[in-house]
Parts: sequence; C-alpha cells; structure tokens
Amino acid sequence: MIEYLSSREFLILFVKMIAIFGGVMGALAYTTLVERRIMAFVQMRPGPNRVGPYGLLQPIADGLKFLFKEQTVPGSANVLLYYAAPILSMIPALLSFAVIPFGPELLIADVNVSLLLVFAITSLGVYGIVLGGWASNSKYPLMGAMRSSAQMLSYELSLTLSVVGVLIISNTLSLSELVRSQQGTWLGFLPKWNIFLQPVAFLVYLLSGIAETNRLPFDLAESEQELVAGWHTEYSGMKFAMFFLAEYANMVTVSALATIMFLGGWNGPFMGGPWWLQMVLPTFWFVLKIAGFLFVYMLVRATIPRIRYDQLMYFGWKVLLPLALANILVTSFFVAVL
Amino acid sequence: MIELLFFLFSAVALGSAINVLVQKHVLYSSLSLILLLTAMSGLFVLMQAEFLAVINVIVYAGAIMVLFVFVIMLLNLPPDEGGDDRLRWLKLIGIPMGLFLLFMVGRTVWNVEGTPTAPELSGTAQAIGASLFTDYLLPFELTSLLILIALMGAVVFAKKDL
Repeated sequence: MIEYLSSREFLILFVKMIAIFGGVMGALAYTTLVERRIMAFVQMRPGPNRVGPYGLLQPIADGLKFLFKEQTVPGSANVLLYYAAPILSMIPALLSFAVIPFGPELLIADVNVSLLLVFAITSLGVYGIVLGGWASNSKYPLMGAMRSSAQMLSYELSLTLSVVGVLIISNTLSLSELVRSQQGTWLGFLPKWNIFLQPVAFLVYLLSGIAETNRLPFDLAESEQELVAGWHTEYSGMKFAMFFLAEYANMVTVSALATIMFLGGWNGPFMGGPWWLQMVLPTFWFVLKIAGFLFVYMLVRATIPRIRYDQLMYFGWKVLLPLALANILVTSFFVAVL
Repeated sequence: MIELLFFLFSAVALGSAINVLVQKHVLYSSLSLILLLTAMSGLFVLMQAEFLAVINVIVYAGAIMVLFVFVIMLLNLPPDEGGDDRLRWLKLIGIPMGLFLLFMVGRTVWNVEGTPTAPELSGTAQAIGASLFTDYLLPFELTSLLILIALMGAVVFAKKDL
C-alpha cells in the first residue's frame, strides 16, 4: 500500500534529497576538472591550473562562463524541441540518483524494482540527444543523432542482458537488496562480490556502459574529426553545459550500477568504530569505488583511439551480445544444478 | 493524494493520446505517444504493478519508440498536407470499431461487482513470471515464435540474396 509520511520522515527525506542532489552536482562539476587534469597528465601538459590553487576554482569559472555566454539559436532550428532537448537529456540523467543507495540509509526511494527503474530512466535519455540533433536542423548534428540512437539501442541490449546473470544469482531486482546480498567474505579474505562469480558479465557491462554513455573509444556520435561535435554542434552556453553535465551524470550512474551489482556497493572493510564513522564509511567506500570506475573511464579516453562505425556495430551485435547470452545460459545452468 | 495522481496521469494520457491523432507532423505524434506510454506507466504504479510500469517504459518508450523516431528522422518526412485522403476507408471502418470497443469496455466495467482491488503482489516480477510459465505457457511460447518469424522476415527483406 502507499503510506503517508509523517512530517519528521518528510524532513529527513528532504534533507537526503538536498544532500544527494548537492553532492552529485558538486561531484559532477569537479569530475570535469579531474578529467581535464588527468588527460593533461597523460598527454604530458599541465592542464587547467590557473584559476585558484591547483585550478580548483576552474569549474566555477566554467559555470559562470556558460551562464553569461550569448544564447544562440540556429535560424532554421525547430525552436521548441531545440530548447527542450537539453532538459530532456538532463532530467533522466539526474532522476536515476533517486533510487541509487549511497549508503545503508542514504537513499531517497527504496523501490523493489529499482534496478529496472534505473534502466528505464536512462533509456529515456537518448531522446535528448536525438531531438537535439534533429531540432538543430543541420547536417552534422543529424548525423550524430542518428549514429547515437542506433548505437545506444544496440548496446542497451547487451547492457541489460549482462545484468541478468547477476539477477539470477542474487534473486532480486532491488539495488539495496543486491548490495546486502554481497555482504561478508569467502574463506575469510575474498569479499563476496559478484565480480568473482560473473567476470564475463562485468566485462560486457563495462564495455557496453562506455558505449551507452557515448564515451571514447565509442563516441561515434560526437567524433570531432568527422562531425565537428556531433549532435551538440549547434548548442552553446548553458544548453551545452546541460548536455555536458548529463553525459557526466550518466557516467556516474553507470559506474554506480557497476559498483552495486559487481563490487558490493557500499560494503567494505573496517565497518566498526564509533557511530559517526559507521554513518560515513559505507558512503565513503561507495564513492571510492565509483571514483575508481571514473578513473578507468578517463584513462581509456586518454589512451585508446576511436573505432570505426562498422566496427562499433560489429562489436556490439556479434561480440558483446552473444557473450551476454552465453553468460546467461552458463549462469542459469550452474544455478539450476547447484 | 492517489486520486489526485490518478487524475493527473489520466489527463496527461488522454491529452497526449488525442494529440497523437491530431498532430499533422509525424514526429510530434510519436513524441506524444512516448508521453502517453510514460503516463500509462504512472497509472500502473498507482495499481501497484511497478514491474509492469518499468517494463512498459523500457520496452516501448525506451526502445521501440526510439526506432520510430530514428526512422522518422532518417526519412525526414514533411508534415502531413491533408489533401488526398488515402485513409478514407480506414476512417469509415475505424469509427464503428472504436465505438464497439468502447461499448464492450463500458459493459465490462459496468458488470464488475463491488470495488475492484488489485490482488496482493500480482504486479511483482515473481507473480508475472510464474503465471507466464505455468498458466500462459503456450501463448507465451507462440508469441516468441511469432517474433522469431517476424525477425527472419525482416532479415529476408533487408538482404535480397542471402
């Protein structure tokens, strides 16, 4: 049944919402800075280090720049959809944080199908890209948008199927239940994480996750060398920033899901200690694991060249999808036998 | 609160359903259809069928409608000009069929005794899986066969010489 909240529960929920939203937005802003610094480090140049100590105020300067930039709309654009597209991209990207458990208590809504809910929300994110590319009414954005919709549709299959193996093992669709099912250790030292049971699924998930978020080496939708900037060529100022933030938010969501499903979520060592440490520690482990994934994303972007479009389609349909299906078959066989 | 949400989702669903029919531009029609599917998912949630609601969004709004929008963009169709009406016969058949459907639905709702309540846990993944693989096994397998045939047909159409 649907229960009504008391005013105290409502207040706690409100504080959680503010904390998660503020935390996520702040983290996203600084992820852009960290990415630029890491890219610069790999390419042996200093990177943005002038604004504030170590360039720490750079995100604020960027934000101000985006706010005060001239708002341009292409003359032949479909104005309604041109303005709606960044919003349609941003809302799903942020909405999925409502069901992601950052800690035992730190989650906004505990839905019993929260894993599928995240997939449902993120699958709506493609409309922002597609409509943005279409509404700009110019060649490169349209090419980027069509590439993006074909790519996201293809890789969403293997992304969703790679998860099925984990679901068969843990027998639940709720993210917080998934985390709880991975508590404890095997033989006293090996953490009970699903990555050790489902290594193939983890690889498939990680690769299709990179493709889903349109990141290098799968960023065919943007691919600067051929399409200028792909689907957001005609966007500038705050509207561009919204697309940009949505991309980073999707990266964080994919990493958070990978952490929850394969790396034990907020589980970690040293869970004892005083009460305030017990409150903070799970969230700390969770954020640390997500940061690890984001670091991998950035290293991959800095080191691996972009693949061709036919290679992208070949890889998605003829390598990742059969692998994911075989993984389901093998997993269900073992679960049925054992 | 639930009544308020029910009327909100129903209003959005009805409004976007009408908009699908009225819009001249096929892209706006399909966008309204996406809105309709999302509002329907909201109604599913109010009936405590969270699993169905989420699957509805994933399969229809998130996958099939993306294909619709993709094809519309690929062909870059101009807005419908009216004029030569090739669908005149469809309208003549469609209106009586729609009225008949409305009559059947109305009769069914009229005949329901008492206030209908959702059976406990009928909307969960376990319940749906159990009924699909026991009571409705034959229709389920036949549907998958149908989808396979459609898939093979699409491949044959796309590649003339296999």
